[in-house]
Amino acid sequence: MLESFLKMFEYEFMLRAIVVGALVALCSALLGITLVLKRYSMIGDGLSHVGFGALCVALAMNLAPLTVSVPVVIIAAFLLLQISENSKIKGDAAIALISSTALAVGIMVTSTTTGINSDVNGYMFGSILAMSDTDVIVSIILSVAVLLLYIVFYNKIFAVTFDESFARATGTKTKLYNTLVSLLTAVTIVIGMRIMGAMLISSLVIFPALTAMRVCRSFRRVVITSAIVSVVCFFAGLFVSFCFSMPAGASVVAANAVMFIIFSIVGMIKRKVS
Amino acid sequence: MSMISCEKVYMSYDSTKAVNGVSFDVEKGDFLCIVGENGTGKSTLLKGILGLQKLNSGTIVFSGIRAGEIGYLPQKTLVQKDFPASVWEVILSGRQTRGFKLFYTPEDRRIAKENIALMGIEEIKNKSFNELSGGQQQRVLLARALCATQKLILLDEPTTGLDPFVTAELYNLIAKLNREHGVTVIMVTHDIKNSVGFATKILSMEHDGDFFGTTQEYMKTPAAKLIFGGAADA
Repeated sequence: MLESFLKMFEYEFMLRAIVVGALVALCSALLGITLVLKRYSMIGDGLSHVGFGALCVALAMNLAPLTVSVPVVIIAAFLLLQISENSKIKGDAAIALISSTALAVGIMVTSTTTGINSDVNGYMFGSILAMSDTDVIVSIILSVAVLLLYIVFYNKIFAVTFDESFARATGTKTKLYNTLVSLLTAVTIVIGMRIMGAMLISSLVIFPALTAMRVCRSFRRVVITSAIVSVVCFFAGLFVSFCFSMPAGASVVAANAVMFIIFSIVGMIKRKVS
Repeated sequence: MSMISCEKVYMSYDSTKAVNGVSFDVEKGDFLCIVGENGTGKSTLLKGILGLQKLNSGTIVFSGIRAGEIGYLPQKTLVQKDFPASVWEVILSGRQTRGFKLFYTPEDRRIAKENIALMGIEEIKNKSFNELSGGQQQRVLLARALCATQKLILLDEPTTGLDPFVTAELYNLIAKLNREHGVTVIMVTHDIKNSVGFATKILSMEHDGDFFGTTQEYMKTPAAKLIFGGAADA
């Protein structure tokens, strides 16, 4: 078993997937906590659909996928945040509107040009072969930036997530931090969806946070636990996918689901005991 | 000069008029109770003072205190039920005010510990916030508000959902902060009977007009006579 695990690191495409994937798993786990607690879980899902649309358009126009989709998804993230704060359309409905529209645009553009080929399939369900060398470098820079910003603003993010009114009343610019979180989420989603797939990336955002919350009762512990859970699940999923030639994204989601069930049971036992 | 002076403030809530030309001032060391029926704009007025909502017209002038130097105890519903946070994390977050701070300093921790002692909640410091009783949660949030400032705290219906015994305890604690520690208090409540005794000033917001004055003056109004009956002199 150890042998085949180590063998995983011998292929260059696997190494790329491992580096980028582990970083994305870390970023999405951290951001997911805020999104889940603020009842914004579906934003991840909505943004990934927008990202899919953008990737399809980039493919049709022969442009670099990341340079097109990163700005598009960031704009979509701002729009979604603005809508869920101000408008009469409720947040979840607004997300459904935007994400299905983006998906429709993506499919339409694809059908007029290439049709559903392996590239498009890769965008939907993920592919570890998708990353070029430039993609890897851009991904690493972006995810390190996400991590650093999260650590620097950790205490502010906690204060704003826990109680936005209090934070605002005591002089914190809450809008700035909400914007920061959605910006970081947008970047993480775009990077992650290449490996995980547009349909599956949102699980990477939601699962680790919820899994950690089954057992942990303080914010710091939830942050640390969900980061560890997310990375462990990513490696487990990738390993399974490597050994049994299964899609990486789906395997990672399955690993997360198993972990969620284990933590739920542990949480139940813990509560019974105390 | 007054710490806060409100002049003819008009505000609306969901595009209906909520606050209609309210004027009042708060001096340092005051305990102001804002009382009134539901839907008379009490909470909206608080949001105006805190700068969470814009005024339609009128002015609120602060002196000796900046916006962002107000400790705030929100209505309980605003804090989520299943939020994973320890009491210590919640209280320390009160030090996260104005401007940027990378890590908490020893000074922040000292102030947090002092306020924990002041609220008498040392033994629940490491517990999870959402496992506490309603009264304990309010004490924790009060400690957090005190971490933000010792000058002025605003409380929005702090005793909603608490049993009479815990309510009385909380009122005594707030009164102690006001009298012994010189904290200026503004409290919104519809629990007039139990809270008026602690107040130095009353702002009564009713559909048919507002009253603002000292507690003694309030006791002579028809509304107070109706509520307190013959015991109005007590």
